[in-house]
Amino acid sequence: MILEALSYGFMQKALIAGIAVGLICSFMGTFLVLRRYSLFGDGIAHVAFGGISVGLFLGVFPLWTAFIVSIFGGLGLQKLRQSTKISGDSAVAVVLVSGLAVGVILVSSSGGFSVDLFSFLFGSILLISQEDTIMILALSAGIIATLTILQKQFLHLTFNEEQAKLAGMRTTLLNYAFVVLASITVVTSMRLVGILLISALIVIPNITAMQFGKGFKKTVFISMSISVISVVSGILVSYFLNVAPSGTIVVIAVGILVGTLLLKSTGLLGKIDIKNPSKLTHNS
Amino acid sequence: MSVTNVLDVKDLTVNYDNLPAVDNISFDVKQGDCLGIIGPNGAGKTTLFRAILGLQPYSGNIKLFGYEDSKYDSIVPLIGYVPQKVTFEPNFPATVYDVVSMGLISDKRIVQGVKLIQQCDCCWNRIYQSIEKNDDKITQALHTVGLESLRNRRIGELSGGELQRVFIAKALVKDPLLLILDEPVASVDVESQTKFYNVIKTINEQNNITIIWSSHDLDAISKYANRVACMNKKIFFHGEKEKFFSDKELLKMYTESSMQMHMHNHEH
Repeated sequence: MILEALSYGFMQKALIAGIAVGLICSFMGTFLVLRRYSLFGDGIAHVAFGGISVGLFLGVFPLWTAFIVSIFGGLGLQKLRQSTKISGDSAVAVVLVSGLAVGVILVSSSGGFSVDLFSFLFGSILLISQEDTIMILALSAGIIATLTILQKQFLHLTFNEEQAKLAGMRTTLLNYAFVVLASITVVTSMRLVGILLISALIVIPNITAMQFGKGFKKTVFISMSISVISVVSGILVSYFLNVAPSGTIVVIAVGILVGTLLLKSTGLLGKIDIKNPSKLTHNS
Repeated sequence: MSVTNVLDVKDLTVNYDNLPAVDNISFDVKQGDCLGIIGPNGAGKTTLFRAILGLQPYSGNIKLFGYEDSKYDSIVPLIGYVPQKVTFEPNFPATVYDVVSMGLISDKRIVQGVKLIQQCDCCWNRIYQSIEKNDDKITQALHTVGLESLRNRRIGELSGGELQRVFIAKALVKDPLLLILDEPVASVDVESQTKFYNVIKTINEQNNITIIWSSHDLDAISKYANRVACMNKKIFFHGEKEKFFSDKELLKMYTESSMQMHMHNHEH
């Protein structure tokens, strides 16, 4: 039955794009969650909604306008945090509602909600084209490569910004690079789970992975694994049950988090050896 | 050849809301010194360090290895700084090894800074061995602070004393030319304090790293520093340790100003 599902072209594209998005969201999400930018994804996705509306209003490919507007939104958010005393969560709220407001105005003046807009709001992974898949793959490869190259700098910046500055890092520039990369990640991933659920993919696999109490590399690896498992199983389950894939992916990710928390509360989690998950170690 | 000091501070003043936290102080630090800065809470020790590191606006003049703040970007990465408290997320997924490895800076940066310092007329004969393998450097730094066995432990699980030693290792891993420690044992038990001070002594004597550290513990200063600066917003004394401890008037003045500060803090 699974093989039959996998034989369809739309399923193959959905799974390939889904895995790529799962990987970038969880990798980028590790830094976002640790920097207390958990709702950054939500903020930028709503700005992207404004960007999509601009595209639909002007008759341009909406994803491009979403990218441009979101990157400016991310930079604006960073500037707001740096140059004023507005706290991170309030800055996200300002940027979020601004994007949404612009979007609503443009949507109403161009004749209301269209199918296109709905697919951005709730995700449309099963409907993506070959061009979209290639674009998601290319952007994901770029994001993963950049994150891999800059991971030491981002880790230091995330751990303690002042210490990173004293180590000679150009923290202001790195902070801007960080928000631009995060904005591109959010917009690239929107097709999978939609604007309204994007934060789930950024936050949930990471907080689950952090329950394992491991070092940085292992935590990123666990988070990526949980993300990919949620996406793949979510797409397959949604196909068989004929329900929305975005919601299914998020419900599975939440399920894994709840399961992990239960295991942790019973004391079993600390005993699982990550290198050898089937064995329980006796020294802890 | 004239000898350039590691640090020259001249007429330094730092104000918070028009009130001086550091009031017109001048002192210098020579290569190989282990300078203990002593002063009560609120004496301006942390503010002084932050000004030296370029984290705090000030008036006056600070020179590191003969250079003023325009060259800070190249020189500050060669200084190891351990603040009184490093704040981080308690669940931060980083091991001791991860944190120490953050101390490594890019070779490009090291070369820039070292070139600059060797160009100046300082006594530095050291030729930088920056091509050493990073892993060896981390292992060596962990060995110096006695934390090899905890290298894979998550930092959130460490005690206050162990954490302080991790941050010293992080500062040491880049082979600093100067190590600045801000009240390094403030949150550490007595047994760990002795261990810690012995590490400081080794770093200073065997690795020949210049150290500036602050404390309000006269005993520790008398045992482990070779020079003393006594400050309470102003500098009351700066010189050889023996001179400070043999001067009854100075000791009395320090104890009194310390007591006053203590009472003042309690009143608020």
